[in-house]
Amino acid sequence: MSPLKRIAYFVGLPILLIIVWWALSFGSTNFFVPKPIELAQTLWSTWIGDRFFDDVLPSLGRLAVGLFFAIALGIVLGLLIGSTRWLRNLLEPLLEFFRAIPPPVLVPLLMLLIGINDGMKVAVIISGAIWPVLLNTVEGVRAVDSVLNDSCRSYGIAGFARIRYFVLPAVTPQIMAGVRQSLSIGLILMVISEMFASSSGLGFTIVQFQRNFAIPEMWSGIVVLGLIGLGLALIFQFVERRVLHWYHGLKEITHDS
Amino acid sequence: MRKQRSTAAGLKAKALGLGIGGIILFFLIWEAAPRLGLVSDRYLPPASEVLARLGEYLTEAAFWNDVADTMMSWALGLAIATVAAIVVGLIIGSSRFLRRATHTTIEFLRPIPSVALIPLAVLIFGTSIESTLLLVVYASFWQVLLQLLYGIADVDAVANDTAKSYGLGRLARVRYVIWPTALPYLMTGLRLAAAVALILAITAELIIGTPGLGKQIALTQAGGAISSMYALVLATGMIGVLINLAARIIEKRVLSWHPSVRGEVVL
Repeated sequence: MSPLKRIAYFVGLPILLIIVWWALSFGSTNFFVPKPIELAQTLWSTWIGDRFFDDVLPSLGRLAVGLFFAIALGIVLGLLIGSTRWLRNLLEPLLEFFRAIPPPVLVPLLMLLIGINDGMKVAVIISGAIWPVLLNTVEGVRAVDSVLNDSCRSYGIAGFARIRYFVLPAVTPQIMAGVRQSLSIGLILMVISEMFASSSGLGFTIVQFQRNFAIPEMWSGIVVLGLIGLGLALIFQFVERRVLHWYHGLKEITHDS
Repeated sequence: MRKQRSTAAGLKAKALGLGIGGIILFFLIWEAAPRLGLVSDRYLPPASEVLARLGEYLTEAAFWNDVADTMMSWALGLAIATVAAIVVGLIIGSSRFLRRATHTTIEFLRPIPSVALIPLAVLIFGTSIESTLLLVVYASFWQVLLQLLYGIADVDAVANDTAKSYGLGRLARVRYVIWPTALPYLMTGLRLAAAVALILAITAELIIGTPGLGKQIALTQAGGAISSMYALVLATGMIGVLINLAARIIEKRVLSWHPSVRGEVVL
């Protein structure tokens, strides 16, 4: 495929949609639907400047801290629970139950236990985003290749080396699948915790715009959230490609033969 | 052979016993923590109190009304999203041109967190059930659509060409080649969407205040009825477990012909 054609495929539909949107909103005075140019201007004037440092950055910071702890804790606990059979049997039904609780209901609960502060918002993100990573790690450790496992044992590879060179690589595909779910849950919880109880942050600001009927500003906030979601997805794709390049290569080979 | 089976059953029974033990242990710790004063019982009432409240709830008509509201928006939203995703997925998936042309748009729209639509939902629908539906449909639509597109991309080119040379038309190929290949992916998408739909239904009720369990949780929290709030949280968890179980059973039923499921049964 020529590069020109590839670019056409890449931007064709988005440009078409924007033109349709522009044409439809051209003569309209509908209060709820902003015009494309107006929205772009609002996006710039609303979010670049003080608000970026006061609302967007703190939100992103809490999200990053929450996700980091959720993923790290999920992997460590998952390895621990997954490799000890009695512990796994003891905790598995309980963990399934915790995973099934819709994470947003933890917002009012943690608000009571911790109070309204940054710690509560980070705790909400951790308590919601940890389950996919944790349970996928447990599941992955249980399903490691038994031949490789026995080989490791007969070569006397044990303890930390076993985890570092055998278990962790074997579980990484599962962990990454869990991380992908955790990212979107974390983002949802970041917004909700700010909408429910906060006086700053992205979620709070967007609801504030809506209550004041600042419609273009509200739309621009939705766009900012969308861009953050897109950014997270891109970062994830980059990291996954890095971490799992051996795995994708392996799958291609077995697929071809 | 017989002995092997009995030890396998024994292991399973032991695992089940430990699992039940884990749950009992959890409730014991929960009971003890506020009683020993580790946590103030104003913030964490003992487990027995919460379970008693949950038992009371189960006899109240208002509680079941809330459950019905939540499940109604869950089921309706999931159904709309699934039908829409299947129609869109089959149309996009059946043409190489459309698959390529829509790729960037889908990749851009999919990661937008559906909670970003909360202000929009409030503005258009207020606190009626449509607000919940908007969030639920948006979130679960992408789960189903993406899995379906993966499934269609997985269709065996040889099988498709064979069907073509046997004179199967476009519709017949969708029915007999593409659909069976994509069905396992579709079921995975549905299972994920079922869980996401519940999360979003509860979220909408919690934040927007549309009728349902989520709204009750917000109300009990604001009103200081703490053990009621914990009881409702437990109830949502149980609904979540039931939905997960049901999704798995349906998946197994629908795919009973598929090698991956047949293999599981033999083991």
